[in-house]
Amino acid sequence: MSAYAGRTRSQIRWEARLWVAQRASAMVLALCVLVHLATIVFAVRGGLSAGEILSRTRGNGAWLAFYVLFIAAVAIHAPIGLRTIFAEWLGWRGRSLDIAAALFAVLIAAAGLRTVLGLYA
Amino acid sequence: MQRYEVPAAPSQTILDLVTYIQRALDPTLSYRFACRVGMCGSCAMTVNGRPRWTCRTHVAKVAGEGEVTIEPLKNMPVVKDLTVDMREFFDKWARARGAFVPSEDAARDFAVVPPSSPERVEADAAIECIGCGVCYAACDVVAWNPDYLGPAALNRAWTLVNDLRDDGQPERLLAVAGDAGCHACHSHESCRTYCPKSLNPTASIAGLKRATARAALRGEL
Repeated sequence: MSAYAGRTRSQIRWEARLWVAQRASAMVLALCVLVHLATIVFAVRGGLSAGEILSRTRGNGAWLAFYVLFIAAVAIHAPIGLRTIFAEWLGWRGRSLDIAAALFAVLIAAAGLRTVLGLYA
Repeated sequence: MQRYEVPAAPSQTILDLVTYIQRALDPTLSYRFACRVGMCGSCAMTVNGRPRWTCRTHVAKVAGEGEVTIEPLKNMPVVKDLTVDMREFFDKWARARGAFVPSEDAARDFAVVPPSSPERVEADAAIECIGCGVCYAACDVVAWNPDYLGPAALNRAWTLVNDLRDDGQPERLLAVAGDAGCHACHSHESCRTYCPKSLNPTASIAGLKRATARAALRGEL
């Protein structure tokens, strides 16, 4: 066992940066979730149709920018958290877990962007 | 689980119970203690599911219905009965660079450490730990992640991070960072809840998170 509980310096640096990324994305998410929920409550007042939604989202650059940021924050935040949960509760650690977490990040980003672009374009 | 009947006595502590059992009922019972007055930190056990110093726990306060369950501390291998193996617990102090690293510069002047300086205030808040292992036994992350250094070792490292006389800083930050170190802490605060000295290792670990994150972002880790 090395001096750092069997971990290399670059592994420790990576873990510390993942932690920073998760904290930073959490701050972004806190804001995004509030705006998202407030927008929902505001938008559905007096009923809401698919046509009304699309009329607001199509070609709306600010809306697009907000949700791309939102999705990016989720795609960073959730896989890091799941990685920790899998490691602690299932004992799944190492490279295979990192790859699975990265694939999950890609999945979230792809699904989210596909939805947002579908509503924008 | 063994059951014993022990006569009640005034101001009786859990340690008194265990001592009575060993002297009068079962001489094979193994447990660890030294000072009996809350100074040495060696008599910690799990009492009714919670880690406590048995010498400072009155039976009257914890024995509902006249019964009390006494088990060894969690998160440490049991040697026998109520005695646990604390080697890993203390090895982690060393792994967290919990030893003071003196300056090699022998000609350096005495360090002036004003008691009111922010660093000294942080260190003072964490310095009174006597290594009883209660926080380590209470910590969920230790249970889930066997490599995790634990609250006591990280709390100790935090006192040294704030010690301006110490010359071991870059190595220490590296030793306490990552998924075996401070970044594994979920801030459940069980350490703070059960610390018999009312210390707050969660706050110390949060300090390490800030210090290591800064170092990581600067590329100094």
